[in-house]
Amino acid sequence: MLLHQESAIHFQQVNYFIDEIHILKNITGSFPKGKITTIVGPSGAGKTTLLKLCNGLISPQSGTIFIHNKLVTDYEPIKLRRQIGIALQSAPMVEGSVFENLALPLELRGEKLLESDAVHYLEDVGLDPQFLHQNAADLSGGQRQKVSIARTLINRPEILLLDEITSALDHTSLREIEELIVKINRIYGVTIVWITHNLTQALTIGEFTWVLHKGEVIETGESNLLKSPATDFVKRFVQGEAE
Amino acid sequence: MSYFSLALTLIFVVIPLLLSKTLQLGLERDTIVATIRSIIQLLLVGYVLKFVFDSESLLFIFLMVALMIGAATQNARKKGKTIKGITWKIAITLIFIEVLTQSILLGFKIVPPTAQYIISISGMMIGNAMVLAILFLNRFAAEVTSHRDETELILSLGGTPKQAIRRQLLDAMKASMIPTIESQKTIGLVQLPGMMSGQIIAGADPVQAVQFQLLIIFLLLTTASVTSIMLGFLSYPSLFNERMQLLKGNLK
Repeated sequence: MLLHQESAIHFQQVNYFIDEIHILKNITGSFPKGKITTIVGPSGAGKTTLLKLCNGLISPQSGTIFIHNKLVTDYEPIKLRRQIGIALQSAPMVEGSVFENLALPLELRGEKLLESDAVHYLEDVGLDPQFLHQNAADLSGGQRQKVSIARTLINRPEILLLDEITSALDHTSLREIEELIVKINRIYGVTIVWITHNLTQALTIGEFTWVLHKGEVIETGESNLLKSPATDFVKRFVQGEAE
Repeated sequence: MSYFSLALTLIFVVIPLLLSKTLQLGLERDTIVATIRSIIQLLLVGYVLKFVFDSESLLFIFLMVALMIGAATQNARKKGKTIKGITWKIAITLIFIEVLTQSILLGFKIVPPTAQYIISISGMMIGNAMVLAILFLNRFAAEVTSHRDETELILSLGGTPKQAIRRQLLDAMKASMIPTIESQKTIGLVQLPGMMSGQIIAGADPVQAVQFQLLIIFLLLTTASVTSIMLGFLSYPSLFNERMQLLKGNLK
């Protein structure tokens, strides 16, 4: 199925090690352009590593990665990272206010963020504008995740990599963020790759799904594969028995 | 001081030995080794310095300074051996400081161009720069490790390695320079500096001794700032590869 789609990111026999530990094993496959692909799998499956490979924060020891049919190594790292935004699970903040955090992507390229624009981004992620001048260190886990998403969007990436960005959110906030991501995908055609532990989210939001386990791709395809898994592992995983 | 008087100063070694033995601190062996080493090293340096001062040869002055820089580099590099090329980075920093300060001192005729001055001042500066280098490398390693997430965040948003490490670099530079500045605020009030005390004991005019101590204090301010800043800017690029990725394992 994935073969018929134009790929935004394509992996060809990618291997990644940390010291002697084989984190990703012979990964081959694609994230379709303009679609939402979710990545699910138990902790330690290599999901975050896969995302970091996509925007060049790390490089594989072997194998090749193509971004929009061009070798990842042919991109200038800074341009690549602005084109492929990543919201990290830990939602790290730099010292300073929420505004300073939102202004960071532009500041890095010598530009300034208007306060009115910052307010728009905050509203997009469902945060009250009164947070703008609050110290980022004082935010709750959920609020940090929202600021982190808004900050990633400021670079207006063509591909958006999301690492468990809703893990600290309540039900209402979760829905708001899901709607925002779907909107970004539908309106701007941004390719989304979303790591999630929430299988309902993977089924309802994701058009495609990758199931990873111990650094290997166990199944890929339309997200419906989670309803009728082809492998024993995915069956057990869906039933919550394979964590 | 006669050799007999010098021998009597060993009483000050016997006191800690007795204390260590009584309280079973287990420091007797280290104390004895330290005592023997200091006697041999200092006597040796004393004779070497006498020879160099008497000869007034530029070559010997140069060799003495080179030896100091070599020994200081060797000592400081242990703290940053995971940084690629740390040895030459420290050596270049020390050479630069030596050339800079001696050019000012000799160029403006602040001190006479004799072995006595050049070697003594170089020794104090290189020693201080070595401690500064160790302080900087220690602090930089701690900063990089504890703010790894932040560095990765800035890289992920399209920042350069310099932007990504800027805060940690500046914090480490500042932290390593603070002790020098702070200790100089209380100098003379809390403690009399070793060099000044030495000169006074040896019979020099206290005002003259103070003048030279001031010279050294000001020199140490330059040494502290130049060492931290230069070593910082030489070191940080080694933490990243050509793909602007933060390397694992460095500066642990």
